[in-house]
Amino acid sequence: MNQTPNDPRSRQPRFRGLEAGHRACQGCGEALAARLVTEAAGPDVILTNATGCLEVFTTSWPQSAWRVPWLHSLFENSAAIASGVEAALKAQGRRSKVIAMGGDGGTFDIGFQALSGMLERMHNVLYVCYDNEAYMNTGIQRSSSTPHAAMTTTSPPGKERMGKRHLKKDLLSIIAAHHIPYAASASVAYPQDLRRKVRRAMEIDGPTFLLVHSPCPLGWGHDGSETIQVARLAVQCGLFPLVELERGEVASVMPLRQKAPVTEYLRLQTRFRHLFVDDDHRAREEREHLQALADYNVERYGLTGDGDDPFDADGADTVRRGGPARA
Amino acid sequence: MLEALEGSAAVARAVARCRPGVVAAYPITPQTHIVENISKLVADGKLHTELVSVESEFSAASVALGASAAGSRAYTASSSQGILLMTEVLFNISGMRLPVVLTCANRAIGAPINIWNDHSDSMAVRDCGWIQLHCADNQEAVDTSIQAFRIAEAAELPVMVCMDGFVLTHTLETLEIPDQDMVDQYLPPFHFGRMLDPRNPLSLGTLVGPEYFSETRHLAHQALLDAASIIVDADRQWQELSGRSAGGLLTVEGPKDARIGVLAMGSLVSTFRAAMEGTQTSAPGRLINLRAFRPLPVDSLRQACDGLSDLVVVDRAISPGFGGVLGGEIRAALSGMTQAPRIHNVAIGLGGRDVPMEMWGRLLNVPAEDAGFRILDLEPAKLGDAS
Repeated sequence: MNQTPNDPRSRQPRFRGLEAGHRACQGCGEALAARLVTEAAGPDVILTNATGCLEVFTTSWPQSAWRVPWLHSLFENSAAIASGVEAALKAQGRRSKVIAMGGDGGTFDIGFQALSGMLERMHNVLYVCYDNEAYMNTGIQRSSSTPHAAMTTTSPPGKERMGKRHLKKDLLSIIAAHHIPYAASASVAYPQDLRRKVRRAMEIDGPTFLLVHSPCPLGWGHDGSETIQVARLAVQCGLFPLVELERGEVASVMPLRQKAPVTEYLRLQTRFRHLFVDDDHRAREEREHLQALADYNVERYGLTGDGDDPFDADGADTVRRGGPARA
Repeated sequence: MLEALEGSAAVARAVARCRPGVVAAYPITPQTHIVENISKLVADGKLHTELVSVESEFSAASVALGASAAGSRAYTASSSQGILLMTEVLFNISGMRLPVVLTCANRAIGAPINIWNDHSDSMAVRDCGWIQLHCADNQEAVDTSIQAFRIAEAAELPVMVCMDGFVLTHTLETLEIPDQDMVDQYLPPFHFGRMLDPRNPLSLGTLVGPEYFSETRHLAHQALLDAASIIVDADRQWQELSGRSAGGLLTVEGPKDARIGVLAMGSLVSTFRAAMEGTQTSAPGRLINLRAFRPLPVDSLRQACDGLSDLVVVDRAISPGFGGVLGGEIRAALSGMTQAPRIHNVAIGLGGRDVPMEMWGRLLNVPAEDAGFRILDLEPAKLGDAS
């Protein structure tokens, strides 16, 4: 079902919830993710936004990059103000969908309680977490979503440390324990998949959750032009599996046809630079540790699947220019 | 029709008459009975509202914020540690000029943990930009709750209705719950011009840098000052409808020729009213009942103090290292007034310590003692070695 230049659908202007001209860094994964999410969600939405980069780079008064109603209050209450907006819409008989947004800081950590409350009360809200794996707005401090061994300004490597000592919190499993109708992980490297998941969540009358892996060139230490490549390798190595959950049970996964070694992913980012120091046995051990974490994900979700699958990570979402895709 | 009702039940009924679109409920002693009563009204089909039973006071205030921004009349209630937990949101609600109404069932703040009444909680959020109105009795709490929505929506500012925990919230009083027609006549349906609406997409809560921030603070300050006349109008119009005033900005009671005044807020006022009626006191005293703590009605305060030689400001909250919170405020408000009274400041009734009617006579004696700020009902024998 590939579109050709003559297909009327390709000439139809796409709805843009997040307008160009905002102040995000070049290659910002979060800006891209927010654009994709709001494109797929359409105009009949109300957004809430936790404090963070997204709020800062989109709304410096008197300007705003949002073309949909947007509410920011605090770092830790995006889910709670979304609950209030949704309750008000219900009271007024309005049907617009509420989308709550936050980074991993506002979702995994400081806003975690409000998120759990919102899911438990079954508000009709899609919560989207733009996961860039650290507190980027304050200058790259570790969050509970930061991967093991990654360098941040509060988990620096040194004589006594090899970056973050703890594991990335398995938020999706905690979300699953709420048994909400739908939850999924997605990545900016797979926009079609991301859009499909947004549309799926939009159709559900109840709480839904999307975890979108969104590289931060500044915080991860890669070139802005490499955002998609880095995000894709995170999926392909198994460190960031793309899965869908229904009522807390795994309903589908994006299979990996060619599993990449984690070092291929790690090597592109300076936040893992200390893992590639020659003759440092700690570096080798941490590389092996991260590979083991990726292998665990692959096994747990059955990511390698069996047989040929046209919708695997290599083929499902590659952006093709200049003609139809290979068969 | 007069009824005997507990203060919390009465406030819940009054709030229900105001047809809130969204109520966020989270329990804390001594506020709990309010949200319990509202929950029961909803369960019985007597109140049609979206009742959101949140997981914390932080979310209670946040739900009210979101609901108000989305154009619904929003209400919540709390006390003490709950008010402190929601402090960050309280500042946010006023900063965004959202007309949320909150009942604060006043209670002390720990440690040591104490569930009884004083004013430490609402005083701790003195500067959060909310209108703060105090209630002397439960009829005033009912009438002020109804007025609060009208004031909030006219001023586009949040209103905190302060009622003393236990002393009011858990006390049965004979009072009148106004009928629905009267409240509907007084309180029109809520229309919010800055409502979140996909047909008119606004960004609310944006980042404001140094080039505009001072102006936002100026506007917030001005809005609070301008709210004084809205509070007076709301009370006057309620009086025209119901026959009852809830006290405007402040009331002045007692003999006109009294040279000593006592200024108090909340249920102490009722105690002192009773004392003035019932007992012969050592000297005649004027009672100033300060209903509006924010905005602080400086001009009205100065008029109320006209002719006084001494004013005793009664605090139920202290600022450690300074003294009484209200005492400091009143000193500042009367500073520069020609023939200002000498101001004396004491704290009483902290953490629920009983304030008997005899306290009135003792307060009128404070000017003669001329001893500076102190906790008047302190029992030094209990200090032990710490004294």
